[in-house]
Amino acid sequence: MVTAVTNMGRSGVSDWFMQRVSAVVLLAYFLFIGFVLLGGTDYLEWKALFAQTWMRVFTLLALISLALHAWVGLWSVVTDYLTERMMGQTGNVLRVLAQIVCGIIVFTYIVWGVQIVWGL
Amino acid sequence: MKNGLLATPSCNLFDDVRCFLRHERIECLTVGRFVFATINAYNLARFACSVTAAAGVWNRCCATLIFRPLAPRNGTLIVKDNRPVNLDIGSMRLPITAWASITHRATGVFLFVGMALLLWALDASLASPESFASLQDTLSSPLVKLVIWAILAGLIYHSLAGIKHLIMDMGIGESMEGGILGVRIVVVCSAVLILLAGIWIW
Repeated sequence: MVTAVTNMGRSGVSDWFMQRVSAVVLLAYFLFIGFVLLGGTDYLEWKALFAQTWMRVFTLLALISLALHAWVGLWSVVTDYLTERMMGQTGNVLRVLAQIVCGIIVFTYIVWGVQIVWGL
Repeated sequence: MKNGLLATPSCNLFDDVRCFLRHERIECLTVGRFVFATINAYNLARFACSVTAAAGVWNRCCATLIFRPLAPRNGTLIVKDNRPVNLDIGSMRLPITAWASITHRATGVFLFVGMALLLWALDASLASPESFASLQDTLSSPLVKLVIWAILAGLIYHSLAGIKHLIMDMGIGESMEGGILGVRIVVVCSAVLILLAGIWIW
């Protein structure tokens, strides 16, 4: 049986809400980056943009949103397709493995992103 | 918010409904041979993807679910989690909204992987003037351009389909007709933007 123990907010409503808030943050971030790139930029301008605190905070916010959004989304996908109902016990094993891999990747993205933007 | 109504005469689906409600910890009321539960759009969407395809229901709205339960056994309703489900989605013709939902999920998984490339590019663009220049060099190769275009295409579709979700959350276009129209708008807008993104890259 697929349980709700690995979802993000412990309830469907909470996940639903987080998914939407993080989506709006990510949309705003990618639109902003898109406009900067469309306008054309060079190394100095680009570097100066990411040197500003608000841009670093915005990027960190986007990274955290990405982590939440990806976890909730991938949770939905794996609990729908990798299930005991569909493939027996293998489904449970595959799902747990997939979630572990997702967790490691999500964590790596956050740490990597912080390293890039905050230069830690 | 508008309340929809979902009902299925299938007894097998009733088990799924109870499992789903318990899994999502949604309170429900069993009265006689019916179960009532008010669920939000997120849960209905999840539920619609997994179960109600059999009933031909595939819209996203706040809904009151009414299901006929199985005949009580030994005087009580016992819900087993692993009962076989009499549902073969592969045998059904999926509506365009279902394909949109599947594509939304597929692009989501693709973007999750693609994000590694974007982070790598961000790293290279900020590390030093030399790495910035070498990144520009890398990005000018046809193969890399194709990969970037694919990621942008995924991002465009996923974003537009996501905006459609937010609009539907506000109660706009929740009917089957509205859902189909919404998907058509998303597909057309995505195609145009993906084309423009391709022109921008090359």
